[in-house]
Amino acid sequence: MANQSKRAIVVIQLAGANDALNTVVPYTNGLYYDFRPHISIAPEAVLPLDAHYGFHPEMGPVKALWDQGKVALINGIGYPNPDRSHFRSMDIWHTAEPTKIGTEGWLGRAIRELDPQGGNVLTGVHFGRGLPRSLACKGVPVASVGNLATYGVFPDLKDEARRLDALETFSQMYGGAQGRDVVLDVLGQNGRDALKGADILKTAPARYTSTVQYEANPIAQSLKSMAQVMFADLGTQLYYTLYGSFDTHGGELIAHAKLWQQVAGAVGSFYADLVEHGRENDTLIFIWTEFGRRIRDNGTGTDHGSGGTAFVIGGAVNGGMYGEYPSLKPEEQLNGDLHYNNDFRSTYATMLERWLGIPAAPIVNGHFEQFDFVSQ
Amino acid sequence: MSQQDIALMAHLLRRAGFGATREELETCVAKGYDAVVEALLHPTEAQCMPDDVIRRYHTDMAELRELNSVGAYWMYRMITTSCPLEEKLALFWHGLFATGYSKLNQARSLLNQIEMFRHHGLGSFATLLVELSKDPAMIIWLDNNDNHKEAINENYGRELLELFSMGIGHYSEQDIKECARAFTGWTLGNAEYMAVRASKDSIWPYSRIAWHFDYRDHDHDDGEKTFLGQTGRFNGADIVNIIVQREETARFLSTRLFQFFAADEVDDAGKPVIDAMMQTYFDSGYEIRAMLRTLFRSAYFRSEQARFTRVKGPVELVIGAVRLAGSYCQPTFGADQLARHTMYMGQGLFQPPSVEGWHEGLEWVDSGTLLERVNFVASELGNVSNPGVRNIINRLAAEDGGTFTPEALVDRCLDLLGPFQVAEDTHTALVGFVARQGAVHLQGHQPGDATEQLVGDVLRLATATREFQLA
Repeated sequence: MANQSKRAIVVIQLAGANDALNTVVPYTNGLYYDFRPHISIAPEAVLPLDAHYGFHPEMGPVKALWDQGKVALINGIGYPNPDRSHFRSMDIWHTAEPTKIGTEGWLGRAIRELDPQGGNVLTGVHFGRGLPRSLACKGVPVASVGNLATYGVFPDLKDEARRLDALETFSQMYGGAQGRDVVLDVLGQNGRDALKGADILKTAPARYTSTVQYEANPIAQSLKSMAQVMFADLGTQLYYTLYGSFDTHGGELIAHAKLWQQVAGAVGSFYADLVEHGRENDTLIFIWTEFGRRIRDNGTGTDHGSGGTAFVIGGAVNGGMYGEYPSLKPEEQLNGDLHYNNDFRSTYATMLERWLGIPAAPIVNGHFEQFDFVSQ
Repeated sequence: MSQQDIALMAHLLRRAGFGATREELETCVAKGYDAVVEALLHPTEAQCMPDDVIRRYHTDMAELRELNSVGAYWMYRMITTSCPLEEKLALFWHGLFATGYSKLNQARSLLNQIEMFRHHGLGSFATLLVELSKDPAMIIWLDNNDNHKEAINENYGRELLELFSMGIGHYSEQDIKECARAFTGWTLGNAEYMAVRASKDSIWPYSRIAWHFDYRDHDHDDGEKTFLGQTGRFNGADIVNIIVQREETARFLSTRLFQFFAADEVDDAGKPVIDAMMQTYFDSGYEIRAMLRTLFRSAYFRSEQARFTRVKGPVELVIGAVRLAGSYCQPTFGADQLARHTMYMGQGLFQPPSVEGWHEGLEWVDSGTLLERVNFVASELGNVSNPGVRNIINRLAAEDGGTFTPEALVDRCLDLLGPFQVAEDTHTALVGFVARQGAVHLQGHQPGDATEQLVGDVLRLATATREFQLA
C-alpha cells in the first residue's frame, strides 16, 4: 500500500443532476426504450460494459479505463426520502446529513481530521470560485482557486511590474502582528496566509511538465490545474471541482453528449497524466451528482428524479459494478423514479476509511456498510 | 464644516446605511446629525432603480428563477436607494430570521419576505413577529405547514423562542410544545395547488407564483395552553404578546441590534446602551424605530470608541464599495456577479448556512474570503473610469494646484475614502509605494493617464488594508 499521506481524492461534482439512465444505459431492457421514446441511446451506439449495460457513446475514455478494471460504478446511489430539489439534495450530499440542515461539509471534516493543526493551508483546494459546502467547515482553511495562473491578490492588475509593486505594498501592510488589536492581528494573519497560499500555488505551473494534452474546455483545464498542484507535491489531499449544467430538462441528447464528451475526455487526459507521473495508484477520482433524472422522458429531456450513478476511478480501484442497477418495472419504481438501493454515505465511508485511513462515522454521521471498490 | 462632523456622519452612514461619498457626507452634515437620524428612521417613498428599468435590461431579474439574479435584484435596491437604513435593516432581519432558497425554490416568496421587513422592520416588534409567523417563506422554511391540530410540528415554535425572540435557556420544552400548539392552523392558502403544480413541473416544484398565508380554524388547536406560566386558550398572536413582554426578549433584541449597528463585541461602555435600548423598547411599546433612535443618539455611539468596531459583512462591504465607486447605479451587464461575489465572501443572499443565519464579526474572515474581499473592493476603487473614482480624482486635482507629496496624497485618499486611519506600518507602506512612483501632479490630468492610475492604485491599496475591512 502506498503511503497514506500521499493519497488523494479528486472530487468532480456533476452539477445539475446527471441522467443516470443515459449514462449507464440498460440497452437490452425494453422498458428503457418504452419510457424513453424521444431521448434513448440506441443499442448499437452504446459502449457495452456487459450483456445488459453500456456507457453513453461519448464516454470512450472512461470506457477505456473500465476495460482496464480501473472504474467502479456505483449504481442506484442515493438516500432515504429523496428530495427532488437541486439545492436541498446537494446540501444533503455536501453535509452527509439527509434529515436536518447540516452545517459542516464532509470534506471539510476530513481535512480537519487529516491536518488537525491546520498546518497546511493547501490540504484541500477547490478549483473554482467560492467554497462548495462539501469543503466548508469552521476553522478549516481551504484555497478556492478560480484560475491557477492569476490566483492571488489583485489579479485584475495586468501590468506585471505594477502588480508586483502593489503586492509588495500589500505584503508590508499585512506584515507582522501589531499586538495592539486582536481584530487587526487576525486580519493580518489571514492576509499573510492568503499570500503564502498564493506564493506556493503559483510555483506549481512552472514546475509542471507533461506530454499529456488537455482540451481547452473548463473541466479539462480544471483537471490540468489539479495535476499541476498534485505533481508539485504541496501536500494537497483533497481536490474539488464542479462542472455542468447537467440539468437537461430540454435538448438532452445534444447537451448531455457534449457534457460527457468533455468530462470523459478530461478524466482520460488526467488519468494519463497520473500514469505519466506515477500517481495513478495514489489517486481516487470520485464523480457524483445530486440525483438521477425521471425515468420517463418529457419529449426533449428529463425532469428531476432520484437514484443516481457515481464513479470511483483509480489505479487502486477494483473495477466493476457496485450497487444494484435499479429496476425499471413500473411497480418497482419510486413515483416514476429509480429506487435508490445504497446510501451515498457508504461510498463516502469507504473512501474515508479504506483510502484515507480516517474514521468515517463522525464525518458521515453514522455507520454505513462499506464497499470493496478499494481494498482495506 | 469640521473634520469631526464629517467623521461622525461617515460613521453614522456606515452603520445605518452602506457608507457615503464625500459629497453625500457634506450634504448630510449641513442638515445636522439629529435630522439625518430622523430621516433615516422615517424612510418614505424610497427612490431607487425602478423595477421596469431593471426588468428591461435584466430579463433574469424579471423571471427571478436564478438564485444570483434574485440576490442581485435586491442589491440593486441597496445600491440605489435613497433610504439606506430601510435596506440595511432588512439585511439585519434577513440575518436574524434567516430564510433560505434551498428549501423553497421560490424567489418570489423570499422577496415578499424582504418587502415585509421593509414594511414592519421599524415598527412594533410584536407586529413584526406576528407578520413573520404569517410569512409564507417562513412557514415553509420552518415547517409550520406541517404543524397540525392533531400532530404538532415544533420547528417554528422552537425557533421563534430560541432564535427569534428570547434566546435559549428562558423557556422549557413544554413551553415549546404549547407555543407550537398555538400556531397550528397558521398555514399556506395555496399549498395544494402548488403541490399539483409541483407534480407537473419538477424543476420548480412549487411553481413560480408566491404562496399566500391562510389561517385554518378547523386545524387550529383551540384548547387551553400554559405558556411561560400563563394559561389560556392562546392563539399565535397571544403567544407573541406574552413573548414581547419578557425582559429576555428586550435584552435579546437590543443586543442583536447593538451588535449589528454598534459593535461586534459588547464592552463595558456598551452595556448601559443596551440597557437604555431595553428601556426604550418597553416605553415605546416595543418600537424598533425608537430603540434605534436611542442607539444612534447615544453618547457611546457618537464617540470615537464606537468607530471601526465591526467587521463589515460581505454584502455591506460590496454595496459600500459599489456606492463609493459609483458603479452599478445604471443597469449594468453582469450585475448578477455582485451576488456571486458576496457568496464567494461567505454571504450569499437567501443562502444562509443554517437556520441560525450567518456567524458575524471576525468569523467573516478567513484567508480565502479575505482574498475575495480585497480583490473585489480593489478592482472597484482602483478603476479610474468608475464615476465615484473620477469624482475623487477631480476633487484632488482641484486642491492645492493638484500637486501632492506622497504623504499628502495618501492622507487625502484615506480622508476621501472614509475618513479612516491606518496603522503606522501600513501608512509607511502606502507612502513608500507612492514615493517609488515619482512626483504627483494632477494638473492637466487626462482620463486614465499615468497620474490618474497612480491615484487609482493608492485607492486600491488603501481599500485593501485591514482597516478598510472594518466599519
